[in-house]
Amino acid sequence: MPAIEILGFEKTYMVGFWRKRPKCALSPLHLTVRDGEIFGFLGPNGAGKTTTLKLLMGLVFPTAGSARLLGQEWTDPRVKAQIGFLPEQPYFYDHLTAHELLNYYAQLSGVPGKERSRRVEAMLQRVGLPEVKGVQLRKFSKGMLQRVGIAQAILHDPKLVFFDEPMSGLDPMGRREVRDLMEQLKHEGKTVFFSTHILSDAEALCDRVAIIHKGELRGVGAVEDLTSSVQGKVEVIWQGTQVPTSMKALGAECHVTGDTVRAIISESQQDAAIDALRRERLRLISIVPVRTSLEAYFVEKLQRAETTAGRMA
Amino acid sequence: MNARIGHIASNTFREAVRDRVLYNLIAFAVLLSGAAILVGQISIDIEKLVVINLGLTAVSLFGIVIAIFIGIGLVSKEIEKRTLYTVLSRPVRRWEFIVGKFFGLAGTLVVNTFFMAIGVFAALFYVAHKFVRADALILIALYFIVLEFLIICSLALLFSSFSSPLLSAVFAFSLFVIGSFAEDLRGFAGMAHGLTRWLATGAAYLVPNFSAFNVISSIAHEQPVAAQLIWHNTLYALFYAAMALSGAVLIFEHRNLKLSSAAKLRLLQALALSFAWPPAP
Amino acid sequence: MFITSPKVLKRASLGYDGLLADIYWTRVVQYFGFRHHNHSLSYNLLAPLLEITTHLDPHLVVAYQFGASFLAPAPPSGAGQPERAIQLMEYGIQNNPDNWHLYYDLGFVYYMNLKDYKKAADAFARGSKVPNAHPFLRLLAAQMAEHAGEFDTARMMWTATYQNSQDKLIRQNAVEHLRSLRVDEDVTNLQEAVTHFGERMGRLPVSMSELAAAEGLPGVPVDPDRHPYKLMPDGRVEVGVPDDFSFATRGLPPGYKPVTKFHDLQP
Repeated sequence: MPAIEILGFEKTYMVGFWRKRPKCALSPLHLTVRDGEIFGFLGPNGAGKTTTLKLLMGLVFPTAGSARLLGQEWTDPRVKAQIGFLPEQPYFYDHLTAHELLNYYAQLSGVPGKERSRRVEAMLQRVGLPEVKGVQLRKFSKGMLQRVGIAQAILHDPKLVFFDEPMSGLDPMGRREVRDLMEQLKHEGKTVFFSTHILSDAEALCDRVAIIHKGELRGVGAVEDLTSSVQGKVEVIWQGTQVPTSMKALGAECHVTGDTVRAIISESQQDAAIDALRRERLRLISIVPVRTSLEAYFVEKLQRAETTAGRMA
Repeated sequence: MNARIGHIASNTFREAVRDRVLYNLIAFAVLLSGAAILVGQISIDIEKLVVINLGLTAVSLFGIVIAIFIGIGLVSKEIEKRTLYTVLSRPVRRWEFIVGKFFGLAGTLVVNTFFMAIGVFAALFYVAHKFVRADALILIALYFIVLEFLIICSLALLFSSFSSPLLSAVFAFSLFVIGSFAEDLRGFAGMAHGLTRWLATGAAYLVPNFSAFNVISSIAHEQPVAAQLIWHNTLYALFYAAMALSGAVLIFEHRNLKLSSAAKLRLLQALALSFAWPPAP
Repeated sequence: MFITSPKVLKRASLGYDGLLADIYWTRVVQYFGFRHHNHSLSYNLLAPLLEITTHLDPHLVVAYQFGASFLAPAPPSGAGQPERAIQLMEYGIQNNPDNWHLYYDLGFVYYMNLKDYKKAADAFARGSKVPNAHPFLRLLAAQMAEHAGEFDTARMMWTATYQNSQDKLIRQNAVEHLRSLRVDEDVTNLQEAVTHFGERMGRLPVSMSELAAAEGLPGVPVDPDRHPYKLMPDGRVEVGVPDDFSFATRGLPPGYKPVTKFHDLQP
């Protein structure tokens, strides 16, 4: 059973003051997210990522379409007990402490009384906020608030978790921790659906991604498939600063960085390169296939959409 | 289901208290003490009258101001600050949220009134040096004031469910003002003709009839309150509040929770400021 | 404070008319007390202020009593508007039909300022029918018929006014009247004694002591402040310090203009 099935969700807003004109925030969207995967929902700002999430959470009502979460209708209140949601740039009740806030959320999620304080403590530890007893949330920095946000999303042990821009406001250490956490959630058998515009995170974490732009889905698939090597190039790295002439002869682009050299050569020349290095007694560090980055795929998809739109206009 | 309403209510109460709403009690105590001491200078025979009039009027006015100022933000603030998103992503029904907020606010006012009542009785004892049986009437006046609060809270919540805080405050306060001379409005409607009569009658009965709840002056003169009035006011208040709350629920259940542009701007400002802060430990 | 229509104010009070009435009542006391202290001759705002106060709280009895004491008499003692005082009393009675004090105050105005003893009697009679009315109302109604002009009646009235109110100004005013009444009464009696002496002796007495001894008075007569009354060469009796008795009409030096003062004494 898929964790999420979006069946034609569509959202059109009427904007304008006097004469309302329709603005399409989301064209009919069809998407399936498998159980137990980390799914990335990518797109530039204003693409419709947050709209989709809000539709799924029941915060906004679709103009058309429906969805199923964990096999149930997305509007069914019972399904909410099994999902967690971290909104974009969360903000919480200023005058509560983190403990009180999480306790409140635990109450609302139906966590039994005896369990609550234990869970809250455990969550705060897990998100890296062990020492915040008695501090009101208005004194928290953005990064701390983000962690609290994550804590409230997972504290009732949901099967399906939604994160909207989970890395925002975090320093590199924090981002690393969140990435690790999401991996852990996957290992616990949960499904993670997160939206972001930072492609490197998606590349590192996701099993599958979807790309959305101006309310329309532009591409869906496994990261590997989307970035599969089409160029047929490999990257060779060796120790030292020497670039053997034979390498140059292969027409390689060589870059010296510190005490290593990087060279990009075509796949067919791989064996010749290895021989060249052996001959010069240079120590080979690595040979890896060059993949199209997700970014390139992304940009290409978006540009193509622009041109199509341009042609149609 | 009831547990969730209770949790939302107590959270609302806690937010209000932490927001220093109870500090108004200090202002109230100062006002009442000052008046109790000064009133003896004016007229000895009406000391008690003045203390009761002033005390109960202050209880009523302070409470209504609090009810409106907290009530108008109950929903809109949560939407603006997105605290609502994380609440509604849980198995909380939208109507439970509204009802919980209502009870939280009403509870805050009841607690506030309780402390104020103690202040009024203390001031009374100070000027009169003893309590008489008729002083129990003050409790009835306080009860009516609390009923008024229920109505105002429900109205503030109703407006908060669809309108900005500023407009909600204007609406709620206007209804309070008009409601205070609802009786006159009904009289006027009775004498009007045609379309004016229809409009006036509609307005007169739609607006909360606060004239019936204000017994402060008669209680200050130790006039008894008819049991029938107590019944009538209780039922009226419960009915009116229920209607206003139902309206709030209805509106809220169909509302798309997207940020308004003003709120977006404020969010951007908050974002800009937050980047100036040092990173988290 | 701006004076507007009582009805508008009542609406503007948003149901808190009791407190607003108390505030306006404070204004009344300040307004009158201040002007009176400065010997003002006009109290234009007194009637409107009292009307607003009573419209906001029709049961504020002290306001009606204040009107009875100070709206009716002529300046500088009051506003000199007895008709408006009557209107105020009737409004009070309409809203508090079981409060006998108000009938008393109505009768008081008729008696003291309009000298309409018949209407005064009517008012007292109406009041006496009210349940729990003070029995002296019936007495006063009867007094009006025959003894209206007498000192005793006047004394009874002012004593009643003093006892019926806790308001400082009303009481002080009553005290002042009682003192002056005493002086009037004393001077009247003393003047009669002088005349009597004159008829017997064929001449004026040379001193108060002679008069006292001849007429069998207990001693040299003194006024409420314990100052002796003076016997003038022309046979007139004069009070020692006229300024201390604002409402005295007898025993005053010729061409004397009264000055209003309030005393805090018990009669």
